[in-house]
Amino acid sequence: MAKSKNPRVGRRGFIKGAAASAAALAAESRMHATQDPHDHDHDHQAIPSDVALRVKALESLLVDKGLVDRAALDAIVDTYETKIGPRNGARVVARAWVDAAYKKRLLTDATAAIAELGYVGGQGEDMVVLENGPKVHNLVVCTLCSCYPWPILGLPPVWYKSSAYRSRAVIDPRNVLREFGLELPKDAEIRVWDSTAELRYMVLPERPNGTENMTEESLAELVTRDSMVGVAKVTLSKPGGTA
Amino acid sequence: MNGVHDMGGMHGMGPIEHEKNEPVFHAPWEGRVYAMTRVVRAAGGKQNLDNSRHQLELLPPEEYLRMSYYERWFARLVDQLLKNGVITRAELENGHPSPDSSKATPAVTAEMVPVMVARRNSARRETAVSPHFKVGQRVRARNIHPTGHTRLPRYARGKIGVIVRDHGVFLFPDTNADFLGEKPQHVYSVKFAARELWGDEASPRDSVYLDMWDDYLERA
Repeated sequence: MAKSKNPRVGRRGFIKGAAASAAALAAESRMHATQDPHDHDHDHQAIPSDVALRVKALESLLVDKGLVDRAALDAIVDTYETKIGPRNGARVVARAWVDAAYKKRLLTDATAAIAELGYVGGQGEDMVVLENGPKVHNLVVCTLCSCYPWPILGLPPVWYKSSAYRSRAVIDPRNVLREFGLELPKDAEIRVWDSTAELRYMVLPERPNGTENMTEESLAELVTRDSMVGVAKVTLSKPGGTA
Repeated sequence: MNGVHDMGGMHGMGPIEHEKNEPVFHAPWEGRVYAMTRVVRAAGGKQNLDNSRHQLELLPPEEYLRMSYYERWFARLVDQLLKNGVITRAELENGHPSPDSSKATPAVTAEMVPVMVARRNSARRETAVSPHFKVGQRVRARNIHPTGHTRLPRYARGKIGVIVRDHGVFLFPDTNADFLGEKPQHVYSVKFAARELWGDEASPRDSVYLDMWDDYLERA
């Protein structure tokens, strides 16, 4: 079996130049749709993008070779869409707000304290939690790739992975925060944490005033993903859509 | 390597676009790429996390900047499958397994996924290695330009900081990425004043903390 000496040539050919096979695949799936009376709605769907077709082609190949189990892929996608996400981190924050002993453990051995709530796994093996206050504001970035604490925040949002955020957070944090709607006083100290090693960072945001009588569960509802990365504060009126 | 992935401090990347109610995956194919990458990684073979990161860095810079995050992952996945001989170019082009290939058994089934995602795969090592520096000590990030994988960003090289925390011993990505051994050594949190990194325009109150291995540091 001829193996390519330069795999990139093969991949480029596949990703960029496989228009013919992508078109064939599209035709095949359209034919499928017309043959199956239960599938007639598919005719009205948007034509999949080239990359979608190529990903589909690769998945089929890996399934046919016995390397990949489609149900396992479904389970992984479902895990990060519905189970592992910023609600985990929000529960950690709320616990720290109501339980001083837990907060102390969280700030001294974050990995163990987070594991107490059952959150463990890949990209969360060695955790550090940073406490935000009125005078000190912590902000997390990964300038070299997109390192992010998956078990407690899930997979990172697009802005966190963007060239704009990765390039600017370290050199221009005040304007970056301003773009997120957060204006910090001049005398506040900003600490930017560039995740260059295998430590993964989460910010413990300030507990807002007026929440003294709230339960741990309702406090967790207030905590946004952005506040745990350090680009937002937690407010009583949770802004829509910041997850 | 001094690649475009090493973005800290670059200009011209535009404003940050914050999407309200952002989905985890913006299209089903992104989830499939993510999941296939996890499964292929779990299957083992000649690979590790540092090498995987390096594969992304090796994308030609113009492609790296043009691609979305999961397009990069897809490109890396195809590259790795080809390079490790898991699939052949012919199979990729035909879309079918070659007739002489034997059918494998999937390394990860749906039932195994909860265990797989909860698995710790720490880069921390229990090896007894003496630290070269101690908390409170002034250090200089070495002015080095490795052509392979490194986690020492350009913006910190030659700059002076202070060790604020010793995280313990971790494997060294520069050698691990090339399968040249783990070379376990201490990793520290090093605090750099924003003005040391960016000059007098920066706020005198601000600082940047980087995690650095012993091999990245020298006495200052």
